[in-house]
Amino acid sequence: MIGSRALRIEDRVLLRGAGRFAADTQRAGELHMRVVRSPVAHGRIVSIDGTEALRLEGVTAVWTYADVADLPAIGFRLTPREELLPYRQPVLARSVVRYVGEPVAVVFAESSYLAEDAAELVDVEIESLPAHLDPDAEPVVWVDAEQASWAAGNGERLPAQDSEASVFTIGYGDVDAAFSSGEGRVFTMDARIGRHTGVPMECRGLVAVYDEAEGQLIVDGAAKVPFWNREAIAAMNGLAPSQVVVRETHVGGGFGPRGELYPEDVLVTVAAMRLRAPIKWIEDRQEHLMATNHSRGQHHRLRALVDEDGYIRALDATFTLDQGAYVRTHGATVASLTASMLPGPYVIDNLRVTAHVRLTHKTPAGTYRSPGRYEGTFARERLIDAIAHGLGLSREQVRRRNLIGPEQMPYERPIQAMGTHLVHDSGDYALLIDKAAERFDFPAIRETVSRRRAAGERVGFGFGYFVEKSGIGPSEGARVVVDSAGAVTVLCGASSVGQGVDTVLAQVVAEVLDVPHDSIRVVRGRTDQFQYGRGAFATRLTVMAGSAALNAAKAVRDKAFRTAAAELAVSVEQLRIRGGVVEVEGAEHGGLDLGQIAGILEPLRASELKEEPGLAADGWFHTDHMTYPYGLHAALVRIDEGTGRLEVERFMVAYDVGRALNPLLVEGQIAGGVAQGLGGAMYEEFLYAADGTPQSTTFMDYLVPTAAEVPPIEMLVTEDAPSPLNPLGVKGAGEGGTTAVAAAIASAVDDALQRPGAIDSVPIKPDTLRRLLQPTTTHDVPTKE
Amino acid sequence: MKPSAFDYVRPLSLDEAMEQLAIDPFESKVLSGGQSLIPMMNFRLARPERLIDINRVPGLEGIVPGQDRVTIGARTRHLAVQNTGLQGPLGSLLRTAAAQVGHLPIRTRGTFGGSIAHCDAASEWCLVARLLDAEMTVRSTRGERTIPAADFFQAIFTTAMEPDEILTSISLPALDDHHVTGIAEFARRAGDFAIVAATAAVKIEDGVVTRARVCLGGVSEVPWRSQAAESALLGSAWSAGAVAEAAAAAADEVDPPSDSHGDADYRRDLVRALLPRALNTAGAGS
Ligand SMILES: Cc1cc2nc3c(=O)[nH]c(=O)nc-3n(C[C@H](O)[C@H](O)[C@H](O)COP(=O)(O)OP(=O)(O)OC[C@H]3O[C@@H](n4cnc5c(N)ncnc54)[C@H](O)[C@@H]3O)c2cc1C
Repeated sequence: MIGSRALRIEDRVLLRGAGRFAADTQRAGELHMRVVRSPVAHGRIVSIDGTEALRLEGVTAVWTYADVADLPAIGFRLTPREELLPYRQPVLARSVVRYVGEPVAVVFAESSYLAEDAAELVDVEIESLPAHLDPDAEPVVWVDAEQASWAAGNGERLPAQDSEASVFTIGYGDVDAAFSSGEGRVFTMDARIGRHTGVPMECRGLVAVYDEAEGQLIVDGAAKVPFWNREAIAAMNGLAPSQVVVRETHVGGGFGPRGELYPEDVLVTVAAMRLRAPIKWIEDRQEHLMATNHSRGQHHRLRALVDEDGYIRALDATFTLDQGAYVRTHGATVASLTASMLPGPYVIDNLRVTAHVRLTHKTPAGTYRSPGRYEGTFARERLIDAIAHGLGLSREQVRRRNLIGPEQMPYERPIQAMGTHLVHDSGDYALLIDKAAERFDFPAIRETVSRRRAAGERVGFGFGYFVEKSGIGPSEGARVVVDSAGAVTVLCGASSVGQGVDTVLAQVVAEVLDVPHDSIRVVRGRTDQFQYGRGAFATRLTVMAGSAALNAAKAVRDKAFRTAAAELAVSVEQLRIRGGVVEVEGAEHGGLDLGQIAGILEPLRASELKEEPGLAADGWFHTDHMTYPYGLHAALVRIDEGTGRLEVERFMVAYDVGRALNPLLVEGQIAGGVAQGLGGAMYEEFLYAADGTPQSTTFMDYLVPTAAEVPPIEMLVTEDAPSPLNPLGVKGAGEGGTTAVAAAIASAVDDALQRPGAIDSVPIKPDTLRRLLQPTTTHDVPTKE
Repeated sequence: MKPSAFDYVRPLSLDEAMEQLAIDPFESKVLSGGQSLIPMMNFRLARPERLIDINRVPGLEGIVPGQDRVTIGARTRHLAVQNTGLQGPLGSLLRTAAAQVGHLPIRTRGTFGGSIAHCDAASEWCLVARLLDAEMTVRSTRGERTIPAADFFQAIFTTAMEPDEILTSISLPALDDHHVTGIAEFARRAGDFAIVAATAAVKIEDGVVTRARVCLGGVSEVPWRSQAAESALLGSAWSAGAVAEAAAAAADEVDPPSDSHGDADYRRDLVRALLPRALNTAGAGS
């Protein structure tokens, strides 16, 4: 069962249209919330007048900051650096607006149409101020002392703060000494990654009601991190966590942005408490593109000291991250991950990475699938290509020269990632290049490229190597329960953003109890059904919840064996489980099925057997290290000379996942990940006018690649390096499809243009390519293979 | 993304539709396929107080070949145009153009006349109409008139129609078999509105171009008949070289806008690349 291409148990419901998404939750008497958003990027609020809106029949309330002045700013869920506190976002703008789309007021009305009509009638007067949009520009004063002290919320009186929210440096060795040694050659890379983000099919949405009878605030439509959000919602509403029930419905994609606690979410819950009515908020796409977390938006400047054979002695890197207008729940996560994952699969004797987290008058930024790695991998792999070109070595040679060897595993890099020591737990990085080259026949691809190039076509081949991280702890738990009919339920703190976690957990339990995986029910993402859960992010659940479910299932099996042994008067060692029936080894018949055993374990008998009642057990898994999968992306591209159109003819991914619990799901994750990576490499970008007005607020301007643009993804999933850190040997598969897409495409485009280093930013647009195709005075030097 | 409040009427005859529209023409909109109007209403960029839905009005659909002109009913769906069995160079142009309008669901509902009334400079049907000097028949309670394409398309989203007029049909000249027709366009993704589109109909007799029509989209507010390209082609010996020269002339002639999808120079490059493709004379590797 583990390792099989089992079909998703989620799909029976979803494919019949029986799923329940946020907007499907309807309650009698519900009020619809509509957010009034700032139309200017930066300005001082002069007045907000809701009188006209309130005159509309069916409008219940209009709130501005004054109505929620008692609420603090939303806290950090991850990477909570102290210096970021003054940059937190109020749930409604206090006196200054800092991005187009910032909530300045909310309207509650009997229908969503009416709410939108009313929102238009709210008279908002804002005195515009100049917008600061370039994170590379000198920092400017960002928040005054009053706002800074308020946002920090720790009772301290802070001075005004500038737009550089945080600068930190990580590294090891002695970079300056290496560079001043006078040995080796210096290579530089200046690389930019555009601002884009995950755009799940389902926009955000939440429905909350205060159930007077139960004395509980019930919140439906959560995603990703319901347990953390429960704590935050409880605190903001002055309730005990046990008075708040947060429930995940089906989720139309997450990808990082969806499911974090946003100002709108807080407002929904606060309104449910204060207006004593069910409150429903469903975000529309235009709001989504200007109010949900953006991501990426980085500018890297790398400098490497390299030996003649391509070995990198030192890497000195600085990057700026365009944080947008506030620091939201992710704290410094993206900057921190960018820095610690920048060296990727390479040894690099001396490292220094300096991160600049800078505020701009744009939508706040957070994580998006492969946060920090997509950006860092692009910059680093561009640098490696530049080194190869400069030294006259092949791109593959330089990579091989620098890869951490299998004999060095586990390989500790003396820096931290997500608060854990960065230890590459296992891997044979060079072997994966060999395997990919063989499976996809790189020599044949190179030959085709030269043949077609000779015939006048602009074709190119390139690749990028990366290391991912997954399975962040510290803990995850699961409970396996068998009822008297033998039906198995797994309850856990995991969350589903559609990735198939239900299926994987069911497979793990099915393996242990030897029952069909699709007979198992998985209950997750509900704070009333399990006590703890860290959430669906950082590609962690198969590792964490999978291992917990394994432990829980084993404990249930052990309990079933103990009970059956007592009942059948045999020893536990004589028993085995087959098809959900506990039988005596060698006996033809006479076993007990799990339902019968559950029946025996009803409270009275259980106490006689000195067992806790019920055939159920909890399992936990704890870890203080992450596990590091790795992979290689390769692309064959063609540029249309006349129009600059970039066509990805082939995209290949080789990925070592340690152990594929379900190869079908691994492949699905990779394919979807590649599509999103291609979005960032070629199509998706949030652009802003000089005054800070967003230019990409509809799907006509924010271009997400469709099935027509994404080629079939060729995949090689290997299991050469199981993780020693968990009982399943598994590493995560959620993000490795995305990580090196920009790097691989850029490398291939350089090759097609026969201009090494031509591509130093993404997305790569046809007009840029068209320009690069114009004959230039500089002599073209082909890349060497 | 919910429209502001509006009244909705669904007349069952053209007369009734015209009467309904005449009640308050400035605050009313005709609803055809809804594939442009409804999104604009959802964005609240359009706020008609009344929608006159013409989807139940008989007689507005179909492609009718006549002696020397072909008449297309305003409500003919893009998909019906894509599937037309119309013979000759016009039929092939219509099919090729239709296939490039949006995506299948949009083609299933969106209409030929809706596109023309909507007047987007990159729309395939506006281009084809201007290319072939189509004649638009419009009716109101005040009567019927026919507007030539040269006068019809006035500015972006602005036509020569009065607010109380309903576009009922569009007539195009039948093209004899001496014609070569085609359309080529560039968009960043399949199904998007073209950044630049080029369409042409060229009559070739004994190897010489005796009539040339070239129309470009995405280079100006309304579809652009390229006189430079047309005069470059006219009288020339039909060859890939002649088309390339015409394309270059067209590129020099236009003064395209710049936006995030491409600046003016890039659009000129596209004109140069696309016109030969429209006429299928582009060589391999280009
Ligand atoms: C995602 C997407 C992609 C698209 N891509 C393309 C594309 O590539 N190329 C392209 O050409 N179009 C494209 N479209 C637009 C589509 O073709 C529309 O169908 C078309 O522009 C309008 O036709 P309609 O029948 O839908 O008109 P409607 O949306 O119903 O109406 C459009 C306008 O015309 C007026 N109108 C309609 N019919 C009449 C009439 N008979 N008399 C008077 N006024 C009338 C309406 O009042 C309204 O102002 C796309 C649309 C979408 C949503």
